[in-house]
Amino acid sequence: MNKILLASVATLSLMAPITAVSAQELTVYSGRGEALVGSIITQFERDTGVTVNVRYGGTSELATLLLEEGDQTPADLFWAQDGGALGALAPVFAELPAEINEGVAAPFRNPANKWAPTSGRSRVLVYSTERVSDDEFPASVFDLTDEQYRGRVAWAPTNGSFQAFVTAFRVVEGDEAAKAWLEGMIANDAQVYPNNNSQIVAVADGEVDFGLINNYYLANHLRNNANLPVSQTHFEAGDIGNMLNVAGAGVVAASDNQELALQFIEYLLSVPAQQYITTQGNEYPVIPGVIENPTLEPYAKLLEISPAVDIDEISDLEGTLALLREVGLI
Amino acid sequence: MCVPLVYLVLRAFEADPETLVQVVFRLRNLYLLGNTLALTFSVIVATTLIALPLAWLVVRSDLKYKTLLAFLGVMPLAVPGYVMAYALIGLSGFSGFANTIFGVRLPRPEGLWGATLALSLYTFPYLFLNLRSALMGLDPGLEESARSLGRTRLNSFFTVTLPHLWPALAAGWLVIGLYVLGDFGVIALMRYEVFSYAIYTQYAAAFDRIYTAWLALMLVGVTVSFIVIESWIARRRRYARVGTGVARQAAPVSLGAWRPLAWLFLTLVYGASLGLPAMILAFWLNIAPIAFDYATLWQVFLRSALAAAPAAILAAALALPIVYLTVRYPSRLAWVMDRLVYLGYAIPPLAFALAMVFLALNVMPWAYQTLGLLIVAYTLGFLALTVGPIRSALLQMGTRTEEAARSVGYNRVQAFFAVSLPGLRRPIIAGALLVFIMVVKELPITFLLAPTGYTTLATRVFAHTSEGMLYEAAPYAALIVIFSSLFVGLIMRYEGKR
Repeated sequence: MNKILLASVATLSLMAPITAVSAQELTVYSGRGEALVGSIITQFERDTGVTVNVRYGGTSELATLLLEEGDQTPADLFWAQDGGALGALAPVFAELPAEINEGVAAPFRNPANKWAPTSGRSRVLVYSTERVSDDEFPASVFDLTDEQYRGRVAWAPTNGSFQAFVTAFRVVEGDEAAKAWLEGMIANDAQVYPNNNSQIVAVADGEVDFGLINNYYLANHLRNNANLPVSQTHFEAGDIGNMLNVAGAGVVAASDNQELALQFIEYLLSVPAQQYITTQGNEYPVIPGVIENPTLEPYAKLLEISPAVDIDEISDLEGTLALLREVGLI
Repeated sequence: MCVPLVYLVLRAFEADPETLVQVVFRLRNLYLLGNTLALTFSVIVATTLIALPLAWLVVRSDLKYKTLLAFLGVMPLAVPGYVMAYALIGLSGFSGFANTIFGVRLPRPEGLWGATLALSLYTFPYLFLNLRSALMGLDPGLEESARSLGRTRLNSFFTVTLPHLWPALAAGWLVIGLYVLGDFGVIALMRYEVFSYAIYTQYAAAFDRIYTAWLALMLVGVTVSFIVIESWIARRRRYARVGTGVARQAAPVSLGAWRPLAWLFLTLVYGASLGLPAMILAFWLNIAPIAFDYATLWQVFLRSALAAAPAAILAAALALPIVYLTVRYPSRLAWVMDRLVYLGYAIPPLAFALAMVFLALNVMPWAYQTLGLLIVAYTLGFLALTVGPIRSALLQMGTRTEEAARSVGYNRVQAFFAVSLPGLRRPIIAGALLVFIMVVKELPITFLLAPTGYTTLATRVFAHTSEGMLYEAAPYAALIVIFSSLFVGLIMRYEGKR
């Protein structure tokens, strides 16, 4: 009954866009910041006549909120900053129709169809252009435990993107190897920072020479200060240090507005929305046909050097946290 | 106020023993706890060294512009913690403003001393406001008697004045101590590992509410000990004046040869607590051009004010009867009630907000995510800030004037409104100001409980920092400081006039 009502109102609003009051409302919990995604949402509202109510917040705060609310949640859609949150929220997401993920490039796709990726990001090695010579680049993230990198590498063990990387590390190389690497890094005096940005600042400031971060932070710093003596690169092809991750969205199973939520996800997967995220957010698109961001590694090369990891398998954050606790990092 | 506690206990009982041992009962938590206590202690010492001389100078000395100086002493509270941390970090490093502008590079503040410095520089106003209202309410006759009996000025300050400031000191220390326990942002930037690390990681990385509840309860255990210690410090003493008639205003003390030293102190304190953050904000603004959405700016202002002002007023109104009861009609029950007030402030904000969500959804779903509930949550969360100033003023006031009023035929209630309330005006305002400034900066409660789409100044800052746009967040961080200072300035002007 509700749906028929909604559908008829939708038709009405198409027929008489000036007089129709927009009766369609979508409630979104967004872990993505308004500064980036606000314009996409406004554009969606303009194009469709749907009113979108957005609750912005940290991905982790909103994810715990969604779990706390359970069936009583007002949210129709959850937009998460990272893949780990999507994995953790999978039990409260409705299954998506398979067509949604069909156009998505394979490495980003969620085989269980519980969520759709909205952008891709890659782990990179950020380095000082002043203090790192050409022969010093590590071929693999494993090399960073070598003596020549003692005290020179920054990492952020409490940061979500780093923890997702460790999870992928465990999936691909095994728990023992992951533990050995973490202990090797600690023994090699890796420097602890709270997040990605502070690592870039630390490299610029001369505190460290390398940092392990996500790909989309540096462009922002360089836009504001083109002389910043910092650059970023990948490890050799297939190295786990180049791991791919996603930001993505899922439809809340308790929502009675799922069709509209689906429509929103379809919109996020359209070329204009993907183009915007690529250009403004310095992230990778998840569909083909988008003009590349010149500050990033080319898309084709990215797909070629990325290790094969099923993003759904990196939802075992519990195991990663246990490991990080065991080695005393958190 | 018991709701968050009940919520945490409920969640805690869902735990699985094996994981519990792994997450909660491990040696590293003790190490983190040790760091936490060391940090709390050093912040309390540092803030006292700043706030005590500052309050004395602003109330008792013959310095000019004392109202302005007092205003400046409150403002650091409005500085967002991450701005203060980056301001200090900016003193070192290649791309820090100190190197870019002045070509100087100082050692990077980090670890215990870095965290102490950053936290102290914006939490000392809690203590300053408490001490200021206590000093203003103190009968100068006490000190004068001590001096007439041959004590030196310094000696009489330590033996007579300082003991009378105990309630204010204890209240300020408690609030600062509890703040330090809960802070995560500054401490992470200063790379010092404390207990809130464990809590934050558990929420942020595992989206876990069960083991975090255990960790939060452990933190509550520490805070309860703080809360009990505070009540011992200020108990069983007499703070009310015994003289008859109305106390005079204290005559300003001439600083004489000490004047340059006093100005040097003020310059240092304000330079570090306001000058540095102002510089880093200006530096960021210079890097990234201001791109305000002017059309929605007034709306954001209005929303911040509409949430913060009622919460501030409500908190002061709620604190008044609680404090009055504990001071005038002390009983075990009143004591427990009074101490419970601090729980809301001591429980990690995200846990507190989740408890409110739990309560609202189960008891009054119609109120969920409404402005009303948001204001109530702020009020309960920050109520503790208003208690300190009001209590120390009420202790100073004594019962004599109320008794006089009752002897001429007023009943208890009338006597309170006619005699006591007017004398409590200053501490009430001081407490409400603290709540107002904190609410404007607040994030986790706003995320979870604000009406959907209700953006405030603080969420605007977050909208940028969460996408890694540190510089673009600067205009809004600056606006938080300006917005709060406008309000504080306005109210302090009014306070001075009567």
